[in-house]
Amino acid sequence: MIELKLPIDEKRIRDLKVGDDVLISGRMITGRDAAHAWLVKEKPDEVRNYLKDSMIYHCGPVVKRTEKSWEFIAAGPTTSIREEPYQGTVIKEYGLRGVIGKGGMGPTTLKALQDCGAVYLHAIGGLATLIAESVTNVQGVLKLEEFGIPEALWIIEVRNFPAVVTMDSYGNSLHRDIFERSDAVRKRLMDK
Amino acid sequence: MAFKLNSDRFRTAVLELIRRASTDLSLDVVKSITDARDSEEEGSAARGVLTAILKNIERAREKSTPICQDTGTNIYYVTLPEGLSMRRISDIILSATREATRKLYLRPNAVDPVTGKNSGDNTGIMSPDIHFDEWDEPAIRVRLVLKGGGCENVSAQYTLPDTSLKAGRDLEGVYRCILDAVVQAQGKGCAPGILGVGVGGDRSIGMILAKKQLFRKLDDVNPDSDLAKLENRLLKDLNSLGIGPMGFGGKTTALAVKIGKAHRLPASFFVSVSYMCWADRRKSMLFSDLEVIYD
Repeated sequence: MIELKLPIDEKRIRDLKVGDDVLISGRMITGRDAAHAWLVKEKPDEVRNYLKDSMIYHCGPVVKRTEKSWEFIAAGPTTSIREEPYQGTVIKEYGLRGVIGKGGMGPTTLKALQDCGAVYLHAIGGLATLIAESVTNVQGVLKLEEFGIPEALWIIEVRNFPAVVTMDSYGNSLHRDIFERSDAVRKRLMDK
Repeated sequence: MAFKLNSDRFRTAVLELIRRASTDLSLDVVKSITDARDSEEEGSAARGVLTAILKNIERAREKSTPICQDTGTNIYYVTLPEGLSMRRISDIILSATREATRKLYLRPNAVDPVTGKNSGDNTGIMSPDIHFDEWDEPAIRVRLVLKGGGCENVSAQYTLPDTSLKAGRDLEGVYRCILDAVVQAQGKGCAPGILGVGVGGDRSIGMILAKKQLFRKLDDVNPDSDLAKLENRLLKDLNSLGIGPMGFGGKTTALAVKIGKAHRLPASFFVSVSYMCWADRRKSMLFSDLEVIYD
């Protein structure tokens, strides 16, 4: 198990390979569909600090309002491929070092990971309660009113957030490999 | 025996149904995931994923928090005794839904597609999705599935014949469509999945039928022997694809395949595939004057 502390530098990220199990700690930000469109179209400055050398988590959490702040109740990953049209640009523009989600991403993102020195990390889909328990503090939230709870950008501190590297900065993708292998089995079954 | 509806009692029961659906996975699903974990190699990614999933299921039940943050489309099938008002029942379900959202059993999940505004309480146009039918029992049966967006997005509908799949208008053609749907879905629908399939109907009936299959217990046997055979063959072959839990590779790509049929038009032959994630949140309740039984 490899421990990653955020913020993180390029060298540390370049050490990671597909298949590495990691535990992430530090500050990251959530962002999904509305957030990615916003990041690309409006290039807002107020988020730069949260993205630089950190990671974005594709997640639409269940969040509880507490007296002073917020608490994450359920926070598994959402499907990442919807952000494929934006992710490469977001990585380049904001200096992201990691993207956390589920299901993997496509060739444009893979290229950006390679060019910029970043990785895609897969969290287990549906692991809502366990991942929420790794969120130790909610520092703040952006665009809550406009985007709603699931789509807002939540600035969170995590401790030992579990994930697996499934796309690395050398052009390797577990998702591409598994697709090719399973598609070959499908063809064999259909040719029987 | 006439059935008298006590609205407050019914509302409390529906709220509890939602809580159970969101936080407590049914025993047959847990058993199926446990068997799947035991079948995967020691030390494999697949076994690791399924172990974590089982731990999450347990923690969610203990803490009464959602198993998955995407509490999905809430699909209801309500069976009423004769004479009960559907409008009244709908209003109570809506009220329980708002309360369930406040209690964080449900994430606010209803977004206006034009304005982008989240209604904040899961109610909205055609939300939740409530279907009614009727029976002779002096009780109300409510069945609920919470179906997340990730698995809904990888669901698919095919029209036979399909040249690219060499799929004709027969069960062999149906087999090919389902195989293709699962390969296209990979891990994105949160594998291992449960495949609800509707054969025939028109486009909407096909999908409704596919989703209705999700109410079946995972270990039940299809009364139609041809479909039962196809379900078994598919489950075996899907699990030879090597997609595995979350698409990390492994022996468990699907937990069950459930196929229903509906009469079709001579011109149409639809195969509708509804992919349900491993977090197969289905619960039912039988509500009578005397008691409420959850399953």
